[in-house]
Amino acid sequence: MEYNAETPIYIQVIRDLKKKMIKGELNPGDKMPSNRELAVLYKVNQNTAARIYREMESEGFCYTKRGIGTFVSEEENMFENVKKEMAEEVLRNFMHEMRDLGFQKDDIIFQIADYKEEQE
Amino acid sequence: MLECRGLSKTYGAKKALKDLNLNLETGKIYGLLGENGSGKTTWMKMVAGLIKPTQGEIHYMGRPLGYKDKEEIAYMATEPFFYDWMKAADVGRYYQDFFGDFDMDRYRELLGKMGLEESMKAREMSSGMHAKLKIAATLARKAKLCLLDEPLNGIDYKAREEVVSIIVEEADEKNTFVISTHLLEEIESFVDVAVFVKNGELIRTADLEKERIMNGRSVRDIYMEIM
Repeated sequence: MEYNAETPIYIQVIRDLKKKMIKGELNPGDKMPSNRELAVLYKVNQNTAARIYREMESEGFCYTKRGIGTFVSEEENMFENVKKEMAEEVLRNFMHEMRDLGFQKDDIIFQIADYKEEQE
Repeated sequence: MLECRGLSKTYGAKKALKDLNLNLETGKIYGLLGENGSGKTTWMKMVAGLIKPTQGEIHYMGRPLGYKDKEEIAYMATEPFFYDWMKAADVGRYYQDFFGDFDMDRYRELLGKMGLEESMKAREMSSGMHAKLKIAATLARKAKLCLLDEPLNGIDYKAREEVVSIIVEEADEKNTFVISTHLLEEIESFVDVAVFVKNGELIRTADLEKERIMNGRSVRDIYMEIM
């Protein structure tokens, strides 16, 4: 993974793991990688790996079965909430950039409606 | 686990290390950062017991560093240290003779993980393969303290990735790693604490994740500011 050098590593990895949940690469009840495996996968140290799971657990995205491992939450609404939360973040950044360019909300909505998806 | 107090090393008129104070904790990865000739290798060789300090003390696990501690401290030199005629298998046997804690099964496993075979000759290896051979031999010892001098220098991107993978896999809550490098970007995602040295002096230590959280600063930002 490519990291942004100024942003905490654990936050960037959590974001990536949440994306995997939304995309269905990590499903409810799935076993997550061990700390050691997560460290290798993301090139982080194992202290950071432990922190990532601590944070995600406190937010309810995963849970730990002692001696067995960490699992993706089976909470019904969890994935919809993550999706909403991440969409809000993307939108917030987008609006911020557009306002910087001098566009008002109405202009932006008009532009979005008029926007043609690029053809592959 | 390791404490350096007022450590100095003088070669004739040249001061290689000046009054260095540093504490290392178990369970962390340290990045020793500085230009060539800044004293990184001198410090590592001292902790490995290969050279004696001119002044100062090194304490390991609460007592003065002694000959016996070599068994728990692994040092990987930056220059190649195998004979040309050696095959990877010979390197394993050579290490087994020297180090009581060397684990041959682990060595074979590490070689396999990085795509090396026991029948390969050191002489015929690329620099990347050579770097992987060195790291496999060093980490097949179950050392408490691993000192890796420029493990990523002069090797291709893929070999670097493989060496980093092995390091983050092996570095856990029970051991301590010190990695010297001038390749800041290669180590910033997994180093806990950066130790900046310049002209034989320790300029600063920085908890990298804390710096990113509190100040939004990268290791490069800190480097540019203080070095």
